Amino acid sequence: MATVTPAPATPSSVQRLARRLDGSALYVFTGLAVLYLLLPVAVIVLFSFNDPAGKSNFVWQGFTLKYWLDPLGVPGLPQAVFLSLVIAFVSTIVATALGTLIGLALVRYDFRLQGATNALIFIPMATPEIVLGASLLTMFVSIGGPPFFPLSAVTILIAHIMFNISYVVVTVRARLEGFPRHLEEAAMDLGANEWTTFWKVTFPLILPGIVAAGLLAFSLSIDDFVITNFTAGKTQTFPMFIYAKYRIGIPVQVNVIGTLIFIIAVGTVGVTTLARIRADARARRR
Amino acid sequence: MGGFIKRHRWIAPYALLAPGVLWLLVFYVYPGIQMFIASFWSGTLETGFTFSVSNWTNYPDALQGASAQFVRSILYAGAATLLTFLIAYPLAYTIAFKGGHYKALLLFLVVAPFFTSFLLRTISWKIILGDSGLFLAPLKTIGLVPSDFRLLAEPVAVVSGITYNFLPFMTLPIYVSLEKIDHRLVEAAKDLYAGPWRPGGAIAGLVIGGLLGGVLGYIFEYSIPVFAIAAAAAGAIIGWFFISQSFTRVTFPLSLPGVFAGSLLTFIPAIGDYVNAEFLGNPGTTMVGNVIQNKFLVQNDYPAASALSFILMAGILVAVAIYARALGTEGLTTGRG
Repeated sequence: MATVTPAPATPSSVQRLARRLDGSALYVFTGLAVLYLLLPVAVIVLFSFNDPAGKSNFVWQGFTLKYWLDPLGVPGLPQAVFLSLVIAFVSTIVATALGTLIGLALVRYDFRLQGATNALIFIPMATPEIVLGASLLTMFVSIGGPPFFPLSAVTILIAHIMFNISYVVVTVRARLEGFPRHLEEAAMDLGANEWTTFWKVTFPLILPGIVAAGLLAFSLSIDDFVITNFTAGKTQTFPMFIYAKYRIGIPVQVNVIGTLIFIIAVGTVGVTTLARIRADARARRR
Repeated sequence: MGGFIKRHRWIAPYALLAPGVLWLLVFYVYPGIQMFIASFWSGTLETGFTFSVSNWTNYPDALQGASAQFVRSILYAGAATLLTFLIAYPLAYTIAFKGGHYKALLLFLVVAPFFTSFLLRTISWKIILGDSGLFLAPLKTIGLVPSDFRLLAEPVAVVSGITYNFLPFMTLPIYVSLEKIDHRLVEAAKDLYAGPWRPGGAIAGLVIGGLLGGVLGYIFEYSIPVFAIAAAAAGAIIGWFFISQSFTRVTFPLSLPGVFAGSLLTFIPAIGDYVNAEFLGNPGTTMVGNVIQNKFLVQNDYPAASALSFILMAGILVAVAIYARALGTEGLTTGRG
């Protein structure tokens, strides 16, 4: 007992080591993986406080707040951010409306073209973005007239609505499956017509799914680069602005805007998640 | 209007579908057809394009001109898919089985990178992997790596960028399929003496690790034996300590649908990606996406670019079909063996 010589490699000590590894190694690995996922985000935030000597913002030079105090002070940047927001808003509203209707049709009704419709929803998600963008560009060029050519904010919007529809359908459908149909039947039994039943019963119940789909569509649209690159022409969204400035040096303000978008997105998702958890808890208590 | 729909109920689903489906037909299906037609064009943007079936030679010409990039795309996307799997599986496993109260928070952290710009994240890796960046500078000052050692502008940087950018796509489906597993099945396996699988796991880890390490060494254009030996050692350790029979016989097979979905969600965007290769690579690491992008947006060579896009799409569809058959997830979901 007094001797503290290391235990010989008996099966039991190996087993104990294995159990200890099993207990902690996965947690350590997970911690490292999360650090790895967040490291680039931290770099984006850190370099929004950088004071670069030249035009390129790649090397840490020193701390400054001056770009945070003037976040839009680069020619073209405010317009690009504004356009990205407009396109994200409009494409989210249109795609969420169209996708929700498709989701309702797919879950609520049995009809002949169900399989074909499912395929039409799935295949765009299995197509690389570059092929989606390139085929739209080919079509816009071969039609060759307004509103498709020259490329503009309208063609970007068309593309964003297109790729967002599938994601909305998938999200809304997941929420609709397992929907308590008896609540609708109860409303009808109490004399509500279909229109009233939809707005008073169905819609409030699927609203969380619609909101989730809308948030997903918004985030996909505002960050899209590849498809936008093919359908934008000379029009600049925020990602297109970053890409255009990449070779000549990205202004620090881009990191400031990127950080702001991150904070707003995390805040929005945090708030909606908390609201949902609270609503679920309330429903369970009842 | 309500009365009309009541009298013709069969119309209802089609009325709901019509606007969205029309949008997809006009702006997804039709452009696809248009691009197929464009792959038989000849001419230039200035003089106008003319269609002719005899222009089918666009396909072999395009393939020949971009064969190196095609091969590289497959290798890089394959390596990135493998690496995302190796990182995502333990991560998803921990969240699903050991996450406890932190499950929601951990899942949130996994998707958090998506809340910043994809381009900015990729550019961040340029800063991190740079010759005197966060990662290499400390290693170089303590003399662990030679001062002329680089990561940036090498294949490893491109593959790392792709791995990073698509990691959540692999993690979430694996998490979903692990989360669904009935714990009683794992316990039943343990009751039936499916304990640790030490020698078997170590040997399997050694062989699989060695093979995969060798392949990665080849793709990264570094030393194949060094990679193979290191990966074999790592595989043997993981196999000895972490792989139990209840995992190989129950948990892992039941999670295969998630692995399948995650691999597709990673591989498909990865093979068409050109942003990582452009920002993190060099002219010798270009992928097929770079060629398509350049031909469409810089050279205005629509026929060749359309042909390349079509080959890419067809290749993906064939690969997906083979992969689905090889993994046989439909057999798994119906409860085989």
